[in-house]
Amino acid sequence: MDHARVDQTNQPPPPADPTKMVATVANVDKRFGKVQALKRLNIDVPRAKITVLLGPNGAGKTTAIRMITGAMTPDSGAVQVFGGDPGGAEGEDIRRRCGVVSAKPSLYDRLSGRDNLRYAAELYDLGRGSAVDARILEAAAQFGIEDALDQQVGGYSTGMKTRLALARSILHDPDLLLLDEPTSGLDPESAQSVLAMVREMTERGRTVLLCTHLLLEAEGLADEMVVVQDGTTLMWGDPEELARRYWPHPEVEIAAAPGEDLGAVVDMPGVIDVAAADGGLRVVMESPAVIGDVVQRLALDGISIRSVVPFKPSLEDLYFSIRREYQIDQTGAAGDPLWDRVRLESSVAGAPR
Amino acid sequence: MNWSRVVTVARTDLRQLAQAKDFWMPMTILGSFFFVLIPAVLLLTVTRIGDVNAVGKISETLEVLPEAAKSQIRGATPEGQTGYALAVFLFAPVAVIVPLTISTAVGASTIVGERERGTGEFLAHSPASATEIYVGKLIASLVPGYLTVVVGFSLYSVLVNLTVGPSVGGWFFPTAQWWIMILWVLPPFLAICLSFVLRLSARVNSTAAAQQASGLISLPLIMIAYSQATGILFGAGSLPFFVGGVAWVLAGLSLTRGVRSVTRARLLGVADGT
Repeated sequence: MDHARVDQTNQPPPPADPTKMVATVANVDKRFGKVQALKRLNIDVPRAKITVLLGPNGAGKTTAIRMITGAMTPDSGAVQVFGGDPGGAEGEDIRRRCGVVSAKPSLYDRLSGRDNLRYAAELYDLGRGSAVDARILEAAAQFGIEDALDQQVGGYSTGMKTRLALARSILHDPDLLLLDEPTSGLDPESAQSVLAMVREMTERGRTVLLCTHLLLEAEGLADEMVVVQDGTTLMWGDPEELARRYWPHPEVEIAAAPGEDLGAVVDMPGVIDVAAADGGLRVVMESPAVIGDVVQRLALDGISIRSVVPFKPSLEDLYFSIRREYQIDQTGAAGDPLWDRVRLESSVAGAPR
Repeated sequence: MNWSRVVTVARTDLRQLAQAKDFWMPMTILGSFFFVLIPAVLLLTVTRIGDVNAVGKISETLEVLPEAAKSQIRGATPEGQTGYALAVFLFAPVAVIVPLTISTAVGASTIVGERERGTGEFLAHSPASATEIYVGKLIASLVPGYLTVVVGFSLYSVLVNLTVGPSVGGWFFPTAQWWIMILWVLPPFLAICLSFVLRLSARVNSTAAAQQASGLISLPLIMIAYSQATGILFGAGSLPFFVGGVAWVLAGLSLTRGVRSVTRARLLGVADGT
């Protein structure tokens, strides 16, 4: 991806190719009273891809979604969706082509699940009748909620409400699906089926923007990643390319038998950096070819090697690296309670590390 | 404006209201009390029990009625005349107070309720325009109040014709003034009241606050509607048409202005642009 970069200079991003982008948010500012919710936010949402908007709570992810549907208008900057302004005359058409799952399910508790879906069908101009009822059943079945359609939503569990909200979001077969923390409240199995549905949507040519603070959720799913904090885009691009930016050299974790000394690695040719790792060393090398040389030399020195594991940075590693860079840039120091909270949330959700 | 969406918003709100027994049970009791119970007790006391003292006292109070009203009173006996006057003149406020109270209660929670439940987010992201949502919610607030008028008025008509009719020479109700009041005067007053209530509902932070503030706003309006309704029943000629006409114009202006109060930002519960 050619536009992967850290956006700390407050310079306008390189112009996105409009033919490839379903939505672009360019240098958008938004203020609520004294609170600056968005500061020069930039997001590109490429067609038929999954773009993951990653950031802690309060980063501006929900406000970004509201800008994209035209539910809110920016104080400055520009939002374009399907080539039009969602806050202008094209807003109705744009919103008809979007499916949204809010952070809270946003359902009518006094109505049945079926009536909630019928309401959405009518507002999105699908009309009424047997064809629509069949579509409702199909959408509900996709999230395993079809048997509960005639129950009042007030009696649903949190997971059932989320599934119904998801069914409602795809009812009109939207071109752009905007999902704000879509797996919150779901059991792991349901969460997996939601993520599978997200992937399937893009395979059918649909575009997805998924907001999350759960790194595990974004891992393996994101075609594009946008990291936001304090309403500002910290970085965006293809996760693998971003990873190459932060880890341009191959790294391996070498573990030796207890009592063995791996100190000789530091001075070996092709080794750039060495750091202590769990039960051994993490070694940064100039190229993958160096790995074999290092292992061979250690073996010749009589060191009993237990394992050599290539280090593949996870999305979490990448995310924290980006944020750390931003934080140092902002404050000149590391250590931040918000940072710790995000780490806690991701570990509670079962994220690696 | 897409009227199909307007109807959808209104119908969905009404469907939810129908599910809310905690709302419509008290309102049904209120309507029954004013349209049936109190009139039945009073009219039966006057026409059937024949309490001479009660009839005498009520007859004295009827002396304060304007000449135009007194000239309309039918009936050959004091009981019949008293019953007629009570049926036609005394209960006029009922037709105003009950529907205004019900519509105000519904309207007060209609927009702020979406915000409180979080469903405003769904509406804000939907293709429905703010105007369609506003008009749908207006209709959903008008219907319960006006439905109360229709049902209550029908029951009241049957009641007074059965109790007072035999004493005044047959079925006499509704009179021409009542028809004018119900069909021409009351609807614009309901609309004016709701235009204020919906504006409040869009601006306040909770349903409780909306109901408190609506009470303050709607009470003077109820008083105005009360006095106008009474005057229309007492008076004659073109007065009712004039009052109704002015009320319709004011309602149109107030409703048009009220459209601006519903914005997507308010449905979301954020102060956009502030």
